[in-house]
Amino acid sequence: MGSRVATIEHLPRAKTPRTFFRRLRAGDHIAWAITALAAAAVLAITLLLVWELYSSSALARTKFGWSFLIGRTWDPVAGEFGALPFLYGTVVTSALALAMAVPLGVGAAIFLAELAPPRISDGLTFIVELLAAVPSVIYGLLGIFVLAPLMRRAGAPYGVGIMTAAVVLAIMILPFIVSISREALLSVPREQREAALALGATRWEATWQVVVPYARLGIFGSVFLALARALGETMAVTMVIGNTPQIGASLLEPGYSIAAVIANEFTEAVEDLHLSALIELGLVLFGLTLVLNALARLLIVMTKRKGAEQ
Amino acid sequence: MTRRKITNAVMFGLTGLCALLTISVLFFILGYLVYYGGRSLSWDFFTQLPAPPNEPGGGMANAIVGTGKLLLLTALIGVPIGFAAGVYLAEFGGRTFSSIVRYTADLLNGVPSIVIGIVAYALVVVPMKRFSLLAGAVALSIIVIPITIRTTEQFLRAVPHSLREAALALGARKWQTVATVVIPAAFRGVLTGTILGMARVAGETAPLLFTSFSNQFWNRGLDEPAATLPVMIFNYAISPYEEWRRQAWAAALVLLTLMLAANLAARLVLSPRGARHG
Repeated sequence: MGSRVATIEHLPRAKTPRTFFRRLRAGDHIAWAITALAAAAVLAITLLLVWELYSSSALARTKFGWSFLIGRTWDPVAGEFGALPFLYGTVVTSALALAMAVPLGVGAAIFLAELAPPRISDGLTFIVELLAAVPSVIYGLLGIFVLAPLMRRAGAPYGVGIMTAAVVLAIMILPFIVSISREALLSVPREQREAALALGATRWEATWQVVVPYARLGIFGSVFLALARALGETMAVTMVIGNTPQIGASLLEPGYSIAAVIANEFTEAVEDLHLSALIELGLVLFGLTLVLNALARLLIVMTKRKGAEQ
Repeated sequence: MTRRKITNAVMFGLTGLCALLTISVLFFILGYLVYYGGRSLSWDFFTQLPAPPNEPGGGMANAIVGTGKLLLLTALIGVPIGFAAGVYLAEFGGRTFSSIVRYTADLLNGVPSIVIGIVAYALVVVPMKRFSLLAGAVALSIIVIPITIRTTEQFLRAVPHSLREAALALGARKWQTVATVVIPAAFRGVLTGTILGMARVAGETAPLLFTSFSNQFWNRGLDEPAATLPVMIFNYAISPYEEWRRQAWAAALVLLTLMLAANLAARLVLSPRGARHG
């Protein structure tokens, strides 16, 4: 009966046994195949990415082995490559940025999700979204011309340096921490708040003693995501870190980061070993962010699931 | 007032201050860009090629066109793949393969853009033996695919099941249901997501440094390097020439205006009617 409506043209051939081709002609399998191919392309791209990084860094990996990660000298002319100054710069700038941005970001998220009146909260949230869309090269531009002179006055000998980069990074990751923490807080079930308020808690007590602990994992997730972003951030850091491969005694001195050295030296690398060492740095960076992202996703999924169970 | 109420008020104020500080960054950025960039903007900026260092005048016409071409090419390569994969995840996918694809897309989304630049370099620049617009578009496509997948899947899933069932009950096939009922219903949302995704890659600089590179003249084909606004801002900002630095401010103002316009447009597309479908 049902076949009378839309598929009437297929009726005469209904008895043919070649069902595969018939179904193919009906279109479902074609649609399935096209979209599945696109989905498979995502896997292929990711595998290709890992393979390219791994195979193109073979020269540096075989020559230096694990000592690549602890070598302190980066001298393209002598053909000696050690990644420690870059690892140091990347990790220290990101850690400092987190230390500055997390309290501020989580505070703002609590305000937007729990305490602010809805109207104000909507408007402010939109502005935070806009902030997340500002390109990193613009942060770098302001870093060079506005922040670096300020830092020089504050005691940094060159203005640019590890601390300057950390401040710019902190400002850049702030909107991510705010919006992801806010989502984590909003996924806490209503009943939790209502129960606390009904017991006589003030809004702040309900937030701090009930809602925030409940959303803890999601907030950690936002921190990991922000850290991954900070580690991989390139342009803004390249413009303000000072680009000197050293481990300075002071945080105000210039340094270098993994992403920055790739950005600066990649097009100038003429020696195969130099290029290969830069790609190995890329592999290290990829590995770091991969682990952090995987952890962050796991935490965020766990919070959402916890919220959905209730 | 009791101490508890005072704590409540104080924390309200403190967290409010955090929020205020966060959003004030946007106004700082806007203020500086309008102040420094606005002074350096002129008609020439939009119509002239870059001038040699220390010569007055010149503009970034080639970089503006270059960014446009690059985005167009990215929209042609990356968006269809991401869209189709998103449709697969929302409509056709099974369980295991879908969750693997979803997780992989999330991880791809977190890969630093400079690393994606390296991969596009290895895939396109090395075989072609030259920097090219195409290589830049490949890099940006790899970035835009996971974003498109996520928004497509999200908005297709928000379409009520009753719509699908109604179409299927009328005898439509699965693909007809998806193509003529589900996708049109989710169109606004998907369009918004695409605009936002393109706006995000429009500002990407790192993956272009060694793919589309830069060019002081017009780009004449897919296999030639091209100037783009973000890369020009970077090159000009770190240059020692006063005139170039002024132009970097102007270019930053233009780029930020485009981003904000895209974000506002996306918000307008989504509301007021689309908001109901989520």
